[in-house]
Amino acid sequence: MLLSVENVSKVFGGNVAVDSVSFSIEKPAFVGIIGRSGAGKSTLLRMVNRLTDASSGAIRFEGRDVLSLGGSAKRAWQSDCAMIFQQFNLVPRMDVVSNVLHGTLNRHSAFATFFNLYPTADIHRAIDILDRLGIAEQAAKRAEALSGGQQQRVAIARALMQDPRIILADEPIASLDPMNAQVVMDALRRIHEEDGRMVVANLHTLDTARRYCDRVIGMRAGRIVFDGTPGQLTTGVARDIYGADASFSESATSTSIEALDANARAMMEEAELL
Amino acid sequence: MADTVTQGAPGALDMREHYMALTRRRRLYSGVMLIVFVALMASGFVVANDRNAGGFWDGIHNIFAFPAMVIAETSGKLMLLPAHLAHFFPSLVETINIAAVSTLVGGGLGMILSLLSTRGLARFPLLIPLFRRIMDIMRAVPEIVIALVLIFILGGGPVPAMIAIAFHTGGALGKLFSEVNENADTKPLDGLESVGATWMQRMYLGVMPQVAPNYLSYALLRFEVNIRASAILGFVGAGGIGYELKNAMSWGQGKFDEAAAIFLLLFGAIVFFDQVSSHFRNRLTQGRPVS
Repeated sequence: MLLSVENVSKVFGGNVAVDSVSFSIEKPAFVGIIGRSGAGKSTLLRMVNRLTDASSGAIRFEGRDVLSLGGSAKRAWQSDCAMIFQQFNLVPRMDVVSNVLHGTLNRHSAFATFFNLYPTADIHRAIDILDRLGIAEQAAKRAEALSGGQQQRVAIARALMQDPRIILADEPIASLDPMNAQVVMDALRRIHEEDGRMVVANLHTLDTARRYCDRVIGMRAGRIVFDGTPGQLTTGVARDIYGADASFSESATSTSIEALDANARAMMEEAELL
Repeated sequence: MADTVTQGAPGALDMREHYMALTRRRRLYSGVMLIVFVALMASGFVVANDRNAGGFWDGIHNIFAFPAMVIAETSGKLMLLPAHLAHFFPSLVETINIAAVSTLVGGGLGMILSLLSTRGLARFPLLIPLFRRIMDIMRAVPEIVIALVLIFILGGGPVPAMIAIAFHTGGALGKLFSEVNENADTKPLDGLESVGATWMQRMYLGVMPQVAPNYLSYALLRFEVNIRASAILGFVGAGGIGYELKNAMSWGQGKFDEAAAIFLLLFGAIVFFDQVSSHFRNRLTQGRPVS
């Protein structure tokens, strides 16, 4: 058993954000977590990375409870457990390679990083990772000069630089246009397939979850209400996860280009019939 | 789980060279900067130390002489301390009063000046540079200079100190307030202008509700600064606890127990007002705690 989350809860003041959630992931898989805003998806991922402390429960990785770690052991776990954010969370005024090199901060002393003394091998590896993600030519630019899709790929490069066991992605494509969203999701899927890393991603669109994930977990009001394969994720189940009524239609809010194509094709066919 | 990075793609190799050259140049620059900085600091220290009447290394051993004296004299007369505290409390109140009044007056002045000198809000846009320069002058003149001039004209006492601190506070808060004003949303102002409101009405009803929490937060911070300023002005004859401290602190009079009592009062007052103002500033920025 690789990662197991056992009865984890998080209480903010009087609000229960995550309510006694349990699941386990046996092998490095691509897992999607879906649910509407405020369902507790982000809080759950932040607790796994230890950005937010849990109120109760245990999160075990290879048998070790990561919630009880502190100090340098906690930071070492964070280095093993990369996080990708909706808003990319790069340092905007630093160049792309420096941002990627931040993935190695856990291995270097503060003094060396203040004076930009990264080993040459690390710098070469950072550029190779950028090249793998198709943005090597941006290496010397400031992160803020890049488009959203490019910035998110820099964030993925930073995560890869950590050489992590798990990659957590918190709404990685929610701030991107459909084309960039596809590039970023393809990159995440490729990392999972080629490197065999576990990816856990919060997603806000059903079609993305269906297309990229091996397994989908649905959350509603802090609880897990669905846990299965993308094939089991029917419209009825989706309505249940999002608490929507019968008027809920997926394609109305879909952001994938295929869905647009499908809509356009349907309209064309209709037009031809007339 | 090693990276299966494809080695040796031509684009990446070029970029490696390019970026390494960039990094080497940056390291060279920061190394040179560091050396220049250390050299400047060291030579500056030598120059300053040569011009000193004594010498840094000769005098440094005596750094604890004054506190040691104060503690030694006070510990001998410890039972007098409560009486001293009670005796000097009224002058502490006077010092705090000077600070409070000058913060209020200076805050009002700063508010008017800031509204007159913020682009987009100003009543007379052409006069913005004028009002900005007025605030610059108010900030540039130290309180103690104004106080000395006013004490010469008006005689010693709390009023010159109050005017001096209020003048400086007006300039300082005006600058901070105008930065707050710049971040205010102008849409409510358009709304009020569209119903025919005057400039005063627009400022009071449209700007004030947006900026009041930040204004108050800056004013409370300024109040803390002004307590210290008004204590210092006591040294030049403006009354309050500074005057008492100057008398007690003169070397060799055997009054260091009084100086210790005054230090305790000042320390207590600063801590007290720091706690109170940070409580209210938190309340203002984060909202009332949910009950």
